[in-house]
Amino acid sequence: MSILVNKNTRVICQGITGSAGAFHTKGCLDYGTKMVGGVTPGKGGQKDPNGLPIFDTVERAVKETGADATMIFVPPPFAADAIMEAADAGIKTIVAITEGIPVLDMVKAKAFLKDKSPSVLIGPNCPGVITPGESKIGIMPGYIHLAANDPKSKKTVGIISRSGTLTYEAVWQCASRGIGQTTAVGIGGDPVKGLNFIELLDLFNKDAATQSIIMIGEIGGSDEEAAAAFVKQNVKKPVVAFIAGRTAPPGRRMGHAGAIISGGEGSADSKIAALKAAGITVAESPATIGETLAKVLGV
Amino acid sequence: MKIHEYQARQLLADAGIPVPSAEVVRTPDEAAEAFKKFSQPMCVVKAQVYAGGRGKAGFVKLVKSADEAREAAKFMLTHRMTSYQTGPEGVPVSVLIVAPGVDIAQEFYLGITVDRTRNTVTMIASAEGGVEIEEVAKKSPEKVIKEPLHPLLGLQGYQARELAFKLGFKDKMANQAAKLMMDVSKVFIKTDASLAEINPLVITKDGKLLAIDAKFNFDDNALFRHNDLVAMEDETQEKPLDVRAKKASLNYIALDGNIGCLVNGAGLAMATMDIIKLHGAEPANFLDVGGSVTPEGAVEAFNIILSDPKVKGILVNIFGGIAKCDVIADALVKAGRQIGFKVPVVVRLEGTNVEKAREILSGAKSELPTLQTASDLTDAAKKVVAAVGRVAA
Repeated sequence: MSILVNKNTRVICQGITGSAGAFHTKGCLDYGTKMVGGVTPGKGGQKDPNGLPIFDTVERAVKETGADATMIFVPPPFAADAIMEAADAGIKTIVAITEGIPVLDMVKAKAFLKDKSPSVLIGPNCPGVITPGESKIGIMPGYIHLAANDPKSKKTVGIISRSGTLTYEAVWQCASRGIGQTTAVGIGGDPVKGLNFIELLDLFNKDAATQSIIMIGEIGGSDEEAAAAFVKQNVKKPVVAFIAGRTAPPGRRMGHAGAIISGGEGSADSKIAALKAAGITVAESPATIGETLAKVLGV
Repeated sequence: MKIHEYQARQLLADAGIPVPSAEVVRTPDEAAEAFKKFSQPMCVVKAQVYAGGRGKAGFVKLVKSADEAREAAKFMLTHRMTSYQTGPEGVPVSVLIVAPGVDIAQEFYLGITVDRTRNTVTMIASAEGGVEIEEVAKKSPEKVIKEPLHPLLGLQGYQARELAFKLGFKDKMANQAAKLMMDVSKVFIKTDASLAEINPLVITKDGKLLAIDAKFNFDDNALFRHNDLVAMEDETQEKPLDVRAKKASLNYIALDGNIGCLVNGAGLAMATMDIIKLHGAEPANFLDVGGSVTPEGAVEAFNIILSDPKVKGILVNIFGGIAKCDVIADALVKAGRQIGFKVPVVVRLEGTNVEKAREILSGAKSELPTLQTASDLTDAAKKVVAAVGRVAA
């Protein structure tokens, strides 16, 4: 089992003819993802180098291919529009990789999505989502993962992370200790985004195959504090966390638009305290996330 | 992106918001002229800098004569302003405003920003104006009123009126305040701002509503559609290395330690700083090269790190996803050839194209004599801390 995506998920790429879109479409195909086509307005009717059909609109792509997930590489000025187009076409899992979308565009897209259930958005500014061994929708290197149903996997974990590369770090550390991942989700570093910790904690909590959860947060905002409260109330599975940015000075934005400590809110220490108070084990170092979980699980 | 107070005032004035008259000046003589022009008993001279803390630093001054205005201007224009926000090197001052004193009856705070928990824009208002809003929020949160804007429709008239009455505005003044709030919210949306503040918004003793001091920050991601705003940017207010980094699309922030970091991904870059500290040393910078880093961008990143004289060692930590390890390895070799690394360089690579990257590095011993490779993050941190320790000793 897994959450959000599995081997049957049919995926299109919006922005398939751009360099990043083309590169990672190939990467996903090589991983085994069921890529069924792509969208680039004005290039409908053509085929990509892998022989995938290209469509002018998402609506058409869905009609012709039965796609139920999309991976968006559309450039920032047009990316929010691409998200709304996907939702309107009935795509269930919308994964927005694009970095640098204006915040006010995301405010609108987020409001638009409210009326568009069952569509869910992951990202933007994220590595994507992967159910190892089944489907990879995004830019993460596939080989670092260990499938939850792999014979080498002794225990399983679901991973939720605000940071792309730290997700890889956690995945890699778990995989090398025989902890397979049911699904790993990068939720992205933007202030206004799709699925957040709480929704994903809920999904992993309900997924029978997921035995434990790793959540990776960073400075800024109060999502981790809200997640901690949710875990305390609802989650019985072991949860391990790491918060990046303990050494970050207040008032400076650390790359991610969301990663800024302002007015005393959003510091790593306050988040770590909230997580610990909720019974979550917090890894002290980014290098010991896997080790910490292994200890908790007795692997 | 930030802009100066005088530019923010202009944005407000253009939107029909009442701002007090003021002259923008660039020389001491112009300051004296401005004072004479207003023919008021008192004026204020304010340095135009991005950083806060002007008042305490002596860069906001009340003057009672043209001579005093000239002297105040002369001081400000020939000194760098330092405050808790600028670091010891301070920032240069090249523009001032001179404004007649205002007889204030009451002060308010009005701000707009993105509220990430609500996923929309929120107006923030308080009857405790003229002071740090963060302080008010901490001491008496009930005095800070928040009103979320509809994500698609913006601030509605009834919301603005409600806010105005809650702040204690009465009669006609309440309508004026509500209109002002509507206008500010429109400017915020139109300019893709990330923060707009009027602090203080005042009622004068003769019963006028005025926006005395204004501050705007803009969403960097939206600047592509605001060339008029980009033209306002004053690069002299940023640290030179920050400006260089920005031009190369790098996220760089100088810090106080001596270990330079080059990392892909903001989260991993922060975590790399954290692990350096955990092993007893201090990072010299935050540097996220981003996912779509080019070979030239990566070389420039090394250039920027090395131009900080504090740097005694470098830690390169790449977990390739959208960024490719071999691009970084190539850049490292190129930078070695062009600038040369005299300080120890510890490299940890994993992810996309890592094999290719390892080959590149193992064939570049002569370009990179100080290179050490690390097997994982802890190993990398230990190696670089040990190497820098040796250098320091």
